[in-house]
Amino acid sequence: MTRSVHFQLTDDQRALRDGVRALLEGRFGRQALRIALDTPGLDRTLWRELGEAGFFALTLPEAEGGVGLGLPEAVLAFEQAGRVLLPGPLVATHLAADARVPGAATGEAVVTAVQGGLVEWLEEADVVRGDASGAVPLRSVDPLTPLHRVPDGGGRDRLADLPADPLAVLLTAAEQLGSASRTCELAVQHARTREQFGRPVGAFQAVKHLCAGMLERVGTARAAVYAAAVTADPLDIAAARLLADEAALHGARDCLQVHGGMGFTWESDVHLHLKRAWVRARRSGDVTQSEEMLAGDLLGDPPGAVV
Amino acid sequence: MDLTYTPEEEEFRARLREWLAGVLPTLPPKPPPEDWPARRAYDLGWQRMLYDAGYAGLHWPVDAGGRGATPTQHLIFLEETERAGAPYVGAGFVGLLHAGPTIAAEGTAEQRARWLPPILRGEQVWCQGFSEPDAGSDLAALRTRARRDGDHYVVSGSKIWTSHAEVADWCELLVRTDPSAPKHRGITWLAMPMDAPGITVRPLKTLAGSAEFAEVFLDEVRVPVGHRVGAENDGWRVTMVTLSFERGTAFVGEVVSCRRVLGELAREARKNGRWDDPALRRRLGRLNAEFRALWRLTQWNVSEAERSGGVPGAGGSVFKLRYSHARQELYDTAADILGPEALDLDRPWVLDRLSSLSYTIAAGTSQIQRNIVAERILGLPKGR
Ligand SMILES: Cc1cc2nc3c(=O)[nH]c(=O)nc-3n(C[C@H](O)[C@H](O)[C@H](O)COP(=O)(O)OP(=O)(O)OC[C@H]3O[C@@H](n4cnc5c(N)ncnc54)[C@H](O)[C@@H]3O)c2cc1C
Repeated sequence: MTRSVHFQLTDDQRALRDGVRALLEGRFGRQALRIALDTPGLDRTLWRELGEAGFFALTLPEAEGGVGLGLPEAVLAFEQAGRVLLPGPLVATHLAADARVPGAATGEAVVTAVQGGLVEWLEEADVVRGDASGAVPLRSVDPLTPLHRVPDGGGRDRLADLPADPLAVLLTAAEQLGSASRTCELAVQHARTREQFGRPVGAFQAVKHLCAGMLERVGTARAAVYAAAVTADPLDIAAARLLADEAALHGARDCLQVHGGMGFTWESDVHLHLKRAWVRARRSGDVTQSEEMLAGDLLGDPPGAVV
Repeated sequence: MDLTYTPEEEEFRARLREWLAGVLPTLPPKPPPEDWPARRAYDLGWQRMLYDAGYAGLHWPVDAGGRGATPTQHLIFLEETERAGAPYVGAGFVGLLHAGPTIAAEGTAEQRARWLPPILRGEQVWCQGFSEPDAGSDLAALRTRARRDGDHYVVSGSKIWTSHAEVADWCELLVRTDPSAPKHRGITWLAMPMDAPGITVRPLKTLAGSAEFAEVFLDEVRVPVGHRVGAENDGWRVTMVTLSFERGTAFVGEVVSCRRVLGELAREARKNGRWDDPALRRRLGRLNAEFRALWRLTQWNVSEAERSGGVPGAGGSVFKLRYSHARQELYDTAADILGPEALDLDRPWVLDRLSSLSYTIAAGTSQIQRNIVAERILGLPKGR
């Protein structure tokens, strides 16, 4: 028998994606998001529930209490987290669970990491990976991601110039992808219902083309992110990161534009997608690193070699 | 999700590679771009080699003379032939990629037997007479008129941008048979022999300087009723069945070749020192990400087509939008690497840069693709 469907979700993967989506939408829907916005701190109950559901232990072997799945499954789950703007150092905790940091897999511990010269959720964290000494809080642009800046004696970032962990970059790209597809949906919903000049604004071609552009970027980024999840190749991950960042950042901007004045309000969710997308883009380190790595590849230079 | 191929597919790839390695060195030299009869002969000669080796009409259904290959095998075929530097379909394009599949899907047994084997064997060239001076994006507004006279249609009107018209034996022609019906309902699909009396072909020079397409004037051209595929006035549907198929795999070989060009560009930049410019390196890095993603999107779309039994999904329009832009960006970057030499038509990539300009226009402009994505995929209200 030839089994010949390759690069599509398997039935199990679809079920997992839908299950995670249902879980997150149920537990962290729009209302919960707005409540979180007004409630400082991380919801530790939710964190433990995520742990119990296996969210942090997706790639941990079953023998060690994990779910025993692969990177593609983790990517699908993180995509869903990005959709609903689930707060917390999700990526750092997932990676910590993989590294057997006690309590990470079960959601008993909140683990953060120094990434891109910043630390997310430092005050809530039970474990910090990397050297966060001397970290100073900053007034985070994203109301749902408290941030600390890690200073450097020489005036340069201690860690910002180091290449980020490819797995962290990939899971972050998955979150960006989820956010991008959500802002595309939000824009389309608004464009279908908001009426001006006696018709839905989505009937105007300028608006239509903004929405089409969002889908174009989401579709291309999705192929890149899923492929990188399958190969785990650092170059594929770097490419996925560039496309997913673009889809999330550009998508949130266009979504804001489609929403008009409503998009500029605190009340709308659009700004939350944009601000989180900025935080995530930073988390993956300097864009130039990814670009240089992909440029080097064209000359056959080994991945990671910075020219 | 999986990006590995089955043993059968790997075997197919290995056999193809071996065949290509043996046959490509025996090809005659490529004819000059201006010599159309020689180009026709070259393109058809290659098609004949494919036919003799059992690779012609690979993804066509078996009962249409094809090999009934899966979309993935077709993908492998396109990937490997491009990698090996094999000729492109060229003048065979319309016959193999559009008119042929339309006849295979909608023609009678007699019509298939008559027209398909010569396409597969590389004996006949088809062209596509759809666009008219006043019907481009709004193709259904076409006005070329066909009036019934006994067992013939008598066709008058004009077509434009008809690629390969000069060397074509047949033209898949869209005509208006019922001017009083709503515009999509009065159109009929005809196979018109290009040597019929009343046809005048006037070559049009493209901005790249070559005559790749032509105007075709039709003055009382008699086409037998038996040359009609599908019912009278059903030509719009007949055509659309195949148009959507084009977008799934039409650009596979090109994405492979763009990735090769990208590597050549990087090496050229290193040679002439422009590589030292970080802005240029970043741009090349982004293009690498872009074409890697486009390759993955191709694999995704092909797998989707396989899953759904050959019907291409919405991915085709998304792909075409993204790819046509990326290709233009690729050759604009080439121009920056070439510097002053980017203005020399004898330098590599300069003509490619010119021809890349057609990608956001031909086969549905980018604006039309965005309308399709917005209305058919995202469900936004239809505009006027
Ligand atoms: C290299 C090449 C080869 C070709 N080969 C063939 C061939 O073999 N056979 C054939 O039949 N045709 C062929 N064509 C024609 C091609 O299909 C048409 O050029 C194309 O469909 C656009 O039509 P048009 O040129 O009339 O432009 P128009 O439709 O006049 O468009 C002009 C501009 O208006 C925009 N526009 C039009 N309608 C809308 C709308 N509703 N919303 C937003 N913007 C709109 C377009 O995007 C474009 O920017 C070829 C074209 C090229 C460039």
